[in-house]
Amino acid sequence: MQQFFFQRLKNLSNNKFSTNPENKLFKMGDIKQIFNKYPEAGRDNLIPILQDIQSVDGYLSKESIIKVGAHLDIPSSKIFGVATFYNQFRFQPNGKYHVQVCRGTACHVLGSVTVLQEIEKQLKVKAGDTTRDGLFSIEVVACIGACGLAPVIAINGEFYAKVSAASLAEIIESYKNKEDE
Amino acid sequence: MDFTINVNNNEFQATQGETILEVLNKNGIKVPTLCHLKNSMPTGACRMCVVEDEQTGKLITSCSFPANPGMKIKTHSQRVVESRKTIIELLLSNHPDDCLYCVRNKNCELQDLSEEHHVRERRIRGYKNSEKLDLSSASIVRDPEKCVLCGRCVVVCEEVMGVACIDFVNRGNKSIIGTSFNQGLNTSSCINCGQCIMVCPTGALTEKNHFPEIQQALNDPAKRVVIQYAPSISVSMAEELGMEQGKDINGILNAALRKVGFNNVFDSSFSADLTIMEESAELIQRITEGGTLPMITSCCPGWVKYAEEFYSDLIPNLSSCKSPQQMMGAVIKSYFAEQEGLKPEEIYSVAIMPCTAKKFEAQREEMTQAGISDVDAVLTTRELTKFLKLYGVDMFNIKPELTDSPMGFRSTAGKLFGASGGVMEAAIRTAHFKLTGKELVNFQIPQIRGLEKRKEAKMKIGDLELGVAVVNGMANARELLDEIKNGRNDIHFVEVMACPGGCIGGGGQHIGTSHEQLKARMKTLYKIDENETLKVSHKNPEIIELYDNFLGEAGGHKSHELLHTKYKKREVMI
Repeated sequence: MQQFFFQRLKNLSNNKFSTNPENKLFKMGDIKQIFNKYPEAGRDNLIPILQDIQSVDGYLSKESIIKVGAHLDIPSSKIFGVATFYNQFRFQPNGKYHVQVCRGTACHVLGSVTVLQEIEKQLKVKAGDTTRDGLFSIEVVACIGACGLAPVIAINGEFYAKVSAASLAEIIESYKNKEDE
Repeated sequence: MDFTINVNNNEFQATQGETILEVLNKNGIKVPTLCHLKNSMPTGACRMCVVEDEQTGKLITSCSFPANPGMKIKTHSQRVVESRKTIIELLLSNHPDDCLYCVRNKNCELQDLSEEHHVRERRIRGYKNSEKLDLSSASIVRDPEKCVLCGRCVVVCEEVMGVACIDFVNRGNKSIIGTSFNQGLNTSSCINCGQCIMVCPTGALTEKNHFPEIQQALNDPAKRVVIQYAPSISVSMAEELGMEQGKDINGILNAALRKVGFNNVFDSSFSADLTIMEESAELIQRITEGGTLPMITSCCPGWVKYAEEFYSDLIPNLSSCKSPQQMMGAVIKSYFAEQEGLKPEEIYSVAIMPCTAKKFEAQREEMTQAGISDVDAVLTTRELTKFLKLYGVDMFNIKPELTDSPMGFRSTAGKLFGASGGVMEAAIRTAHFKLTGKELVNFQIPQIRGLEKRKEAKMKIGDLELGVAVVNGMANARELLDEIKNGRNDIHFVEVMACPGGCIGGGGQHIGTSHEQLKARMKTLYKIDENETLKVSHKNPEIIELYDNFLGEAGGHKSHELLHTKYKKREVMI
């Protein structure tokens, strides 16, 4: 049963969060395709367009924001303002291993603040950022839906239940070792 | 439709569509505001202007709430005053509180408000803001720690200047004002106009200061320190010094600058005359030889950067003439240096400008000769007042003096550069003479005078029908430029000034410059033009001398080398 639960979560998160570090849209030029989806695009289409871009690229790049600005005739500062207002948008490519830290109520009660702080300390980047070597990125999510496993984190859809400072060090180490091999 | 509203048990007349704040201000009641900006959409964000609606019992923001018939409001009830005071205390709770070290000390709206509301203890303690200082721009320094998020800079940048390089970034208590991707201002589309500084209530936005470099030069015996001041300075400084608004203090200024220790004092109105000689020659050449029209002035560095970013296809239309500041700088380090037997590097050239973008212009690569900048440092009007105070100059007890010669004598045409329409008027006076051999009757062109956002005129010069347009405020300019881009062709010459009203309303002027002050400054400029006799640039004896001795002819080889430049498209985050 638990296996099934994990699998379902994994699928969910894989669909939702692409972990593609390349800026795909501009290699393939399909930002046009996204724009074509919104024929009479105006300011109200801004957020759906940004969501579509993020679903392909995994983040919002400078280039894509400038292109959206030119398409909708909105200054890029305004788009950045809107995008930073919402938690869902990222501005750096995801790392190879994308760490999602649950900050839902159950996890909060069981100390997810310290979990997040510990991860930030160990990876030396803040939530929303990607490490310099491009290996890890941290994202805070509202609730993963696995409250029974709190505090919980997910790395590329792989779930780690009831994490603590000690277990976190091990988990992160295991991913680093994977790279070294 | 007129009706009355009841304010503090008095009946006040109000008109449909007016906001409560407008009614109160009309009737002599002052309500504190912070985010409110005249002539723009109210946001009601700061809630400083709340008043109590007695019928609903609610606190409403008077800046955004329309006056309704039968309204009963209290403007200074216990509840209102306490609520305003709490807002100030909350704003202060995360403010750096380093007023003694702040450039806006004694000239800060937050300070004034907390003084007015008698904030005497630190009731609320919060985490102090901790944000990085943005020193990347050559003109403007941003200190987000001192920002109170009133949003006035954002509004001015978008609505008045049409640039929109800054906006609110992030959310809630993480909100800051920033550029796209929170980068430095230097890579944003900022045109350095400084209008954001003019509306900032605190010290979050200031100009970049060059006092140490100037002081070092003044103390260096091997350096000849020369200074020039812009046409608008002498009429716009009076308010800063506490004199009558719009007063012309030209002579006093010359004397004061010499007291500080500047070896030579020049007037940029002279180089404005020089600009006119070059620009009118260029205009005539473009019209007679079929060059790109309309020709657009390039005196305003804010507009030049705007063109490089937003209207790169109009760059061929830009006049190739440098601005008066740069022409003066170039002539000082060539002609003047030659006359005085100095090397260009032995001269330290300072300019006083009403403008922060001039600081950017002075360090542009295009504005150098053999790696030496034409102008080394730029001070704004505000900074000049501080500089004079630093050197203990008493502006009230000083005998007026004349500027240095050569390059200090000006026509009134050059002086008119300070106001919107002035460049155009001066250029037409000279172009008229060059084309017909006769002077313009009356000299004045009333159609292009005044503070309106766009002024157009059709001029008949000989058998030439000339269409001219004058715009001020980049957002207004944008409308005209779009018309030109879309094929409008009855205009031959356009003057663009980025700031509202031209240089007299520049981003380096007295903070809190009002519309009345702008009018007074403009009036003084027109009065100077009316009272003096030398009204045209081409009759300025020192200009004639400069061409005879050094430059040759207007638009000639030497002037092209020194006084003209080229611009190209600039890649920024638009």
